[in-house]
Amino acid sequence: MNNDRCLTLTDLQVDYGGIHAVKGISIEVPRGKIVTLIGSNGAGKSTTLRTIAGVVKASAGSIEFEGTQLIGKNPDDIVSMGITLVPEGRRVFANLTVLENLKIGAYIHSHKLDDDLERIYGLFPRLKERDWQLAGTLSGGEQQMLAVGRALMSRPKLLMMDEPSLGLAPLIVKDIFDIIRTINKEGITVLLIEQNANHALKIADWAYVMETGTITMQGSGEELLAKDSIKEAYLGKKKQ
Amino acid sequence: MSGITLLQHGLTGISLGGAYALIAIGYTMVYGILRLINFAHGDIFMMAGYFMIFAVASMPWYLAIPLVMFLTVLLGVTIERVAYKPLRSAPRMSIMISAIGVSYLLQNLATYLFTALPRGYPEIPFLKKSFHVGELSASLVTLITPFLTILLTFLLMSLINHTKLGMAMRAVSKDYETSQLMGIKINRVISATFAIGSLLAFVGSVLYFTDRMTVFPFSGTLPGLKCFVAAVLGGIGSIPGAVIGGFILGIGETALVALGYSTFSDAFTFAILIVMLLFRPTGLFGEKVTDKV
Repeated sequence: MNNDRCLTLTDLQVDYGGIHAVKGISIEVPRGKIVTLIGSNGAGKSTTLRTIAGVVKASAGSIEFEGTQLIGKNPDDIVSMGITLVPEGRRVFANLTVLENLKIGAYIHSHKLDDDLERIYGLFPRLKERDWQLAGTLSGGEQQMLAVGRALMSRPKLLMMDEPSLGLAPLIVKDIFDIIRTINKEGITVLLIEQNANHALKIADWAYVMETGTITMQGSGEELLAKDSIKEAYLGKKKQ
Repeated sequence: MSGITLLQHGLTGISLGGAYALIAIGYTMVYGILRLINFAHGDIFMMAGYFMIFAVASMPWYLAIPLVMFLTVLLGVTIERVAYKPLRSAPRMSIMISAIGVSYLLQNLATYLFTALPRGYPEIPFLKKSFHVGELSASLVTLITPFLTILLTFLLMSLINHTKLGMAMRAVSKDYETSQLMGIKINRVISATFAIGSLLAFVGSVLYFTDRMTVFPFSGTLPGLKCFVAAVLGGIGSIPGAVIGGFILGIGETALVALGYSTFSDAFTFAILIVMLLFRPTGLFGEKVTDKV
């Protein structure tokens, strides 16, 4: 049983910016699956991911990754263990070229990057065409692809994504979700935060609904998609 | 003014400018990565002068140089660890005030330990050797300074543009948190930045003090301020900018002295600062701030 658990949060609490942002949540992410965390703005979703990544400190509870406690570890240790976060708003390094952005994604590694780069360029051919450009000159969708490519360069076991569809055109959103599926099929576990609940629930194996710092509901993606309360709150559909 | 005198002054100006440039790089690099004006930088430069005096008194200069280089780097990195690192998430003003505090601390420490009387800077034999080309004569240090400055700038630029550390420095200067998410140990990158800045301040101090011949506890104040102006003039955050700013100030000052207006040579520097801040606050080569929402 323990074997197919990738990440386990137990009663995690986080105070952030003077606010009790996460009030004791427990989440389980099985290996090789896509798990999504949906909820409105300010529910504490981003704080949860940033706490797992080590850039925000937890105030209580536990985060276990493959049997190792993550609380108290530095962000660079956590990246080295195989967890990478694609931050909200892409946050590509605008002053670095596309190629440098990808290389810096593999900062923790000292091996040759040629194969990894080929793999990323296979997923995102647009990045190869533009590898000499400064990342700041890319369009929003291209920057999101770069942010995902950069994260994959670290060869993560668990990829966490914070609102990858934010501010992108619908067609590009579809591309992004296709990519998430592809990445997952290659064996990478995905923990995804989305406000675009419809898309997220469709690809998720398991989903949690988060409201003001607590988990209020969980179930398989399909189950939650069918629930009236979810439809009303997150999918913009009125009860008949 | 005869051609020879002109050449002589030109050489002095370029040489002074080179020393300024090396110190200005320290300001600009620290600003680039921490958005901090490291007011203690001029005093690190002064301390490097004292270290050299004591080192040369007890060992040959070729051993003293690497030792003092190491001590200066250690001082710069320690200051960052002790006075700036604990304030990493504090408002920018706090860390700036801490820098001013460190500056006064070093000046008073130097006064206390070494007294306020100027001390003679040791002569490094090969730097003091004078040479003559026709009627032109100067010490070797005057000739070496600009070349050494350009060489070091070139090495530094290749470090920043073509190495993994340099890439990390550029990333950290743009975005701390995302750099951490890439697995970059930002504290190490910041330490490396201070180490490089202090190393260049050491080289600057050897070149500057060999020419000036004495060191006293406030030796770093005015050159420090001037080099800060040089960094602003070039566009703070830009390394080539700092170098060019340093040369402009060094040459400008020397030109005023040569023309008989030596009283105004310091005023010239600060007049440039005011004019620059009024008309082109981002400096000659400063990065334009483009916020994409």
